Amino acid sequence: MRIELQKRPTPSALYAVLSPFIALGLTLVAGAILFMALGKNPFDALYSFFIEPLTEVWSIHELTVKAAPLILIAVGLSVCYRSNNWNIGAEGQFIMGGILGSLVPILMPGFQSWLTLPLMLLLGMAGGAAWGAIPAFLKTRFNTNEILVSLMLVYTAQLFLDWLARGVLRDPNGNNFPGSIRFPSAAQLPEIMPSQGSAHYGILLSIIAAVIIWFMLRFTLNGFQVRVLGANPRAGRFAGFSQTRMTFFAFLLSGGLAGLAGIAEVSGAIGQLRETISPGYGFTAIIVAFLGRLSPLGAIAAGFMLALTYLGGEAAQMTLGISDKVGRVFQGLLLFFVLGCDTLINYQVRLVLRKAAPAAGGQG
Amino acid sequence: MQNQRTETPLLETRGLTKIFGSLRACDGIDLAIAPGEIHALLGENGAGKSTLVKMLFGVLDPSAGEILWKGKPVRIGSPGEARATGVGMVFQHFSLFEALTVAENIALALDGKVAIDRISEEARRLSLEYGLPLDPSAHVADLSVGERQRIEIVRSLLQNPELIILDEPTSVLTPQEADKLFETLAKLKAEGRSVLYISHRLEEVQRICDRATVLRHGKVTGACDPRQETPSSLARMMVGGEVAEISGAGLGEPGEVLVEVRKLSAPARTPFAVALRDVDLTVRAGEVIAIAGVAGNGQSELFDVLSGEVTVSDADSLRIADVPAGRLGITARRLMGCSFVPEERHGHAAVPNMNLSGNLVLSRYASDREAFLTGGWLGLISSGPVAAATKRISAAMDVRKSLEDPPAGSLSGGNLQKFIVGRELDRQPRVLVVNQPTWGVDAGAASRIRQALVDLAKSGSAVIVISQDLDEVFEIASSISVINEGQLSKPEPASSMTRERIGLLMGGFHDGTGHGTETAEAAHAH
Repeated sequence: MRIELQKRPTPSALYAVLSPFIALGLTLVAGAILFMALGKNPFDALYSFFIEPLTEVWSIHELTVKAAPLILIAVGLSVCYRSNNWNIGAEGQFIMGGILGSLVPILMPGFQSWLTLPLMLLLGMAGGAAWGAIPAFLKTRFNTNEILVSLMLVYTAQLFLDWLARGVLRDPNGNNFPGSIRFPSAAQLPEIMPSQGSAHYGILLSIIAAVIIWFMLRFTLNGFQVRVLGANPRAGRFAGFSQTRMTFFAFLLSGGLAGLAGIAEVSGAIGQLRETISPGYGFTAIIVAFLGRLSPLGAIAAGFMLALTYLGGEAAQMTLGISDKVGRVFQGLLLFFVLGCDTLINYQVRLVLRKAAPAAGGQG
Repeated sequence: MQNQRTETPLLETRGLTKIFGSLRACDGIDLAIAPGEIHALLGENGAGKSTLVKMLFGVLDPSAGEILWKGKPVRIGSPGEARATGVGMVFQHFSLFEALTVAENIALALDGKVAIDRISEEARRLSLEYGLPLDPSAHVADLSVGERQRIEIVRSLLQNPELIILDEPTSVLTPQEADKLFETLAKLKAEGRSVLYISHRLEEVQRICDRATVLRHGKVTGACDPRQETPSSLARMMVGGEVAEISGAGLGEPGEVLVEVRKLSAPARTPFAVALRDVDLTVRAGEVIAIAGVAGNGQSELFDVLSGEVTVSDADSLRIADVPAGRLGITARRLMGCSFVPEERHGHAAVPNMNLSGNLVLSRYASDREAFLTGGWLGLISSGPVAAATKRISAAMDVRKSLEDPPAGSLSGGNLQKFIVGRELDRQPRVLVVNQPTWGVDAGAASRIRQALVDLAKSGSAVIVISQDLDEVFEIASSISVINEGQLSKPEPASSMTRERIGLLMGGFHDGTGHGTETAEAAHAH
């Protein structure tokens, strides 16, 4: 006996839409089982994980703070994945964007004008894009695997940041703690409603980016190129589109948006350059991109969903006394179920039983 | 002698039906194959031939109806069961590993463990016995298509089948190779084995088949002795109406040179690709040049070089309207008035999951920039004009579709091909290069496409048609050239070209001086 995946002749359009929601439901069920195994009441646990964070204003602010980088990165990754380029290193591009943008307030603390913040954001994008350009260059020039290269560059970026924050960029008056000087207010992304919570304008940036990229994909020749080259590289070549240019475009765009997310996080949520600036946003955004069906608008909804798992993890730690790694487990479950549901929409599982061999004996 | 025993057919189907969704691919098929007969299964593409055969070979489960083997109902659940029953099959598209030897490929298809030496020996014995010369230790990558087909035939003969199914076996063979295959079939028949011969070539069917079953739209439309019929009566059963004659007449005097290829060479890009060597070709306005040849002799490589999907280092080796174009990409060539239709519809000429209007933009966004794009550097695709053009093309080429703008992949092969050809004709190209314009396209659509190509040439454009289909080549070409192992023969006027001569050129006789792997066999066949 063996198990086969057989392609469905016509995948159901209804289930294609429902797929993320089914995945979400299955994640909740699996989560309930998980909490039960830990000896907690599953309903209470799920409540404090998923609902409680939404009951208070300040935690909704927190939600947008977490969602902003996820959405920004996922929007870029959606374009990247749609064009069949597999950027797994958004985390590294996020960090490099954070570093390059931070150089402005750290090296020129006296430069405080309305230009400071835009310059930082631009440099952030440039840093992320430059880091993304490396796997693109190596892929197009030497045919290396972009998944491996971009992933390995994450660790390089992390260690580089660690070195900077403990070394050359460390605040000289910081009692030897790692981390740069605190940014002057002109270099901080302002909070939207400072009296109520910590939400900063990063969320606005990410929603604007999502809408622009959605428009680009949907209505422009450039977006058309992304879709063609992603679906059929050969047809793309026939159309006269360049695979090389597309690889650079995808990596520069996703790297740039990840870098923007990085500097927005540093200047908006943290306020200084630290030795770690991301709780894995670059990796979680991969889940966001897929949960959002590789659509920039879908990424907005999915970004909030995944942001909730971060908050839920913290809540679980506080009220249930279990590790906040539960948040990571939920992210993993969600990705697993999303990909599983998508596969089952396009394929059906068939059990192939080995039948008795001679058919000629035939009793009919 | 065998024909007398028709009272219990070897294989019979009663009301065999296969339903895919709402499509009845096979609808109540009754078929009876007598022992020791060569039975033809005729039909256009999409008539249900492949579906029927897949049910007989256990690849598909019938939705209704039954299969009888020697008068007893059987259930054939898998190809393995089919082989055990006594049915062998030679597919149109071979399933061979190019990097392995002939014997290794055969071993892979056998159940149980048999020493490779024994397989080699057995294969050699069978291949000699049936006149299918084959070296068991040769690597498949080095073999011609005809030789590869022999591997498949020997492979199925090893199972000692009583019924052998051949799916379009001659579509990839030279005329000489086909003759050789017919000898083998006669031998099989003489031994009392039956053959189910799937084809749409009427002439062959009339020549070698004892009986024929004709399918159309999943139903049996005729069962006859093909020798008692005329080609046109068979065609009527297949197509359901008279097939329009192409009028090649009226191709005037050729005008100025639009495409000039001089000593063009291109290295093979993969180990299994063909290198182009010293290709010379001149095409004038108002001409249809056909490039005949057996598949895999450099047709797609030549197409890629002509279209600019692959550029060559010597810009001067390809001149379009007297401009060196060898190093220009496909977009630049399109802007010079060229259009291209590649062989593969799905995933090369068209993106299957994109709708027709998107597929229109695919090849026309540069040449029709003013009509299809707005917004300057933003490059917005203007859906209105694109939709209008899609409609215009569909109407002009009679593209049948259920929706206004369906995904390309949902159209039948013939309809999609009509759209793709129409997409290029719609801009009245000065030069059109087409690879296998009617491959896998039903007769009605094929004649429409061919007529459109001829009409384009009449209106003063240069047309290059790369085709394996000799009927097509003779129907539309003003001159004919043959490609063999990446070399192109000197074009000759269609009026003075004969099938025999094309067969020799296909087999590697380059004007009597060439040499190729097929040479010995081609000579042998005479």
